[in-house]
Amino acid sequence: MDGTDNASFLTSRLEEAIGWARKYSIFQYPFVTACCGMEYMATACSHYDVDRFGAGFPRFSPRQADVLFVVGTISHKIAPALRRIYDQMAEPKWVVAFGVCTCTGGFYDNYATVMGIDTILPVDVYIPGCPPRPEMVLDGLMKLQERIQGTRKTGKRPPPEPRPDIFQP
Amino acid sequence: MADQSNGSPHAHAADMETRDMLLNIGPAHPAMHGIIRILAQLDGERIDRADVEIGYLHRGFEKMAETVDYNGVMPYTDRLNYVSPLINNMGYCMAVEKLLGITVPERCHYVRVILAEISRLADHLTCIGASAMELGAFTVFLYMIKAREYLWELVERVTGARMTVSYCRVGGVKGDLPADFAEPCAKAFAETGRVLAESDILLTRNRIFVDRMSGTGVISAADAVSYGITGPFLRSTGTDYDVRKDCPYAIYDRLSFDVPVGTRGDNMDRYLVRMEEMQQSMRMVEQALRDIPPGPVQVHPETGRQIPAAEMVDLAKVGNIAAIRDDSALTCPTLEGSGREERPSVATHEKRVFLPPKEDTYGNIEGLMQQFKLVMFGHGVRPPRGEVYFPVEGANGELGFYVVSDGTGNPYRVRVRPPCFAIMSALSKILTGDMIADMIPTFGSVNMIGGELDR
Amino acid sequence: MNAASLIDSVVQRFPDAVSASHSYRGDATLVLRPQFLVVVAQFLKQDPALAMNFLMDLTAVDYSAFGTRPTPAFFSSSGVAVRPSTQIPDPDPWAGPPNGVRFTVVYHLFSLVHKHRLRLVVPLEEAVEEVDSLTSLWPGANWLEREVWDMFGIRFRGHPDLKRILMYDEFEGHPLRKDYPVKKRQPLIGPVN
Repeated sequence: MDGTDNASFLTSRLEEAIGWARKYSIFQYPFVTACCGMEYMATACSHYDVDRFGAGFPRFSPRQADVLFVVGTISHKIAPALRRIYDQMAEPKWVVAFGVCTCTGGFYDNYATVMGIDTILPVDVYIPGCPPRPEMVLDGLMKLQERIQGTRKTGKRPPPEPRPDIFQP
Repeated sequence: MADQSNGSPHAHAADMETRDMLLNIGPAHPAMHGIIRILAQLDGERIDRADVEIGYLHRGFEKMAETVDYNGVMPYTDRLNYVSPLINNMGYCMAVEKLLGITVPERCHYVRVILAEISRLADHLTCIGASAMELGAFTVFLYMIKAREYLWELVERVTGARMTVSYCRVGGVKGDLPADFAEPCAKAFAETGRVLAESDILLTRNRIFVDRMSGTGVISAADAVSYGITGPFLRSTGTDYDVRKDCPYAIYDRLSFDVPVGTRGDNMDRYLVRMEEMQQSMRMVEQALRDIPPGPVQVHPETGRQIPAAEMVDLAKVGNIAAIRDDSALTCPTLEGSGREERPSVATHEKRVFLPPKEDTYGNIEGLMQQFKLVMFGHGVRPPRGEVYFPVEGANGELGFYVVSDGTGNPYRVRVRPPCFAIMSALSKILTGDMIADMIPTFGSVNMIGGELDR
Repeated sequence: MNAASLIDSVVQRFPDAVSASHSYRGDATLVLRPQFLVVVAQFLKQDPALAMNFLMDLTAVDYSAFGTRPTPAFFSSSGVAVRPSTQIPDPDPWAGPPNGVRFTVVYHLFSLVHKHRLRLVVPLEEAVEEVDSLTSLWPGANWLEREVWDMFGIRFRGHPDLKRILMYDEFEGHPLRKDYPVKKRQPLIGPVN
């Protein structure tokens, strides 16, 4: 967290309240590309309802959304469009990498795939799985909610960890 | 800009100079079908020209297939048409089995057909649900996804995964149907039938739905054939071609089912064809479950008594070994240790292709050798040099696999003939002349699946 | 019509167009000379006894690594190569790819009326990576040929608009060729990972 912690009692209560309001009214931008989209639909629908988390209303304009759900493999052809959508979103914004193709590229280690969207966007929550079960998605959503709660009023949040260089080709 | 050369102060609409508008739809757009870009040139609301650009989900399936071995391609085939993955699995496996020249046991054919039809049900539910949602019928979408969840639970019972299953193997399937499959299947189908009846009431004679779907997205039969379109799209134009009936494979020639054929080639006909196909799929699965040859030997040949595994564990825990000494445990077929009994019914006898049951791998030297020869690096399933093409009926049409082998353990070339590729290539022709609002139901009825289109 | 009579009817009509034929695993296959492709395809489409009105698939194969892919060693450090042993014996073996040819373009045709299938294999001559386009006969060939151009770099003479379809325009090279490494990326944005 940011070091200048000169929050007073009232300001911190206010931040908590704003965080609480934000986390229970998530407007997602579902950037759905591939198979994970089917599990996204299943999470959003009756059985594993995501509406009970307040996140049930997708906004199909990036200007109106605050969470970018990147669902499914990102190829190099669509990557500039994804970056542009991220740039168009207004602060505060969060990014969820849904599915292992967005986390690390999955098993499509070839000329066409971006190996992890964190190479082009800062990601807040990674939900691995191919595709992740809806229960995992809801778990990831709850982690996102904790993160949203912890965002300070100025929008500062812990910087995302740099991707570790564990693989040397 | 008004043309006032005739002197009157009011310009006639016909004399106005207008410009066409170029509207870029996509690649990220709300219709949750995937990413595709349509550059529409609009004259008012009418589409004069539509350029369709694809390739945003190209993941290099064909290149990856050359780097892994024949069974390793299976997860990649799942993710081709990801709403009906078992059909892709089955198509690829049958192509490789044709190349190898082996046959699988009959029960295995039945199991594959049952799961393929369940997959087809899930695909049609998703397609109709999503296209109904885009027309505003959100409830129908929720109902159909509810039905799909029941089907996915059924698939999970058999394969272990809801969607990307990798259930088939070259030479068979991963495991047999569970012994108690028929009852949950009947329940899931009862639910699905109820959902279909409700959706039928909500949609088929709904004035808004009919107005938006009839007469839009029309394609003639001759055009459809010349573009290579197959599947429900072709059948809606009146041409009766279904790979299951015309070039039957597996046990489709023993099942009696009807192939619904439309007349006008518009979106409404495609919707009706898909609804009817779902009923036929359920009918096929019920027949198959009735006629399926008997399953794994239920009784251990040596002792003659099988008791459920949990009971055996309970008896053993209290020390009652004598009661269970000569019995065998009835375990879930997807669990290790129960392979030997179900092996003859789900896998080919050809030892060079299918892994032995674990009892044999750890029990005798022949099984160990068979395991090694299939698993060790450099060995594995090695079909003879050759090329084959094997078509199956995917949910969108004829899904063909063209496999070329050079005799090594990795395929040399795997080509998928994607059914929606042909439909998408005709899309610009279909959209021309329609209103821009008609693009939504048309695109919805194409059932474009990005994984299959772009591979 | 069965495979043998399909092949015969073409061979009788165009004896110098067909350089080889087989029906491995029951798939009737004709190996054509490139200059006869369009006439044979037109004949196949229009002759009432054949009536091949469907162009099911159009693809290409790069045979440059055929038979030369290295067999991996048993333990890669030991250097001992595994000899590929007992495959499933094949009573009627495949003739193999046409000699000395790198690219072949493969067409799968189907007849809705007679329900028979035929595969046409057109081997391209050395260093000539061009073949005639079939868009005049089947409009569906348009996108299929664009894909073959994109993935293999084979041009189609007479194609109205030959450009990339699956890859982006800035991509250089043709990914499905055997000499294109799998992991060679050319990202538009972001790092080359």
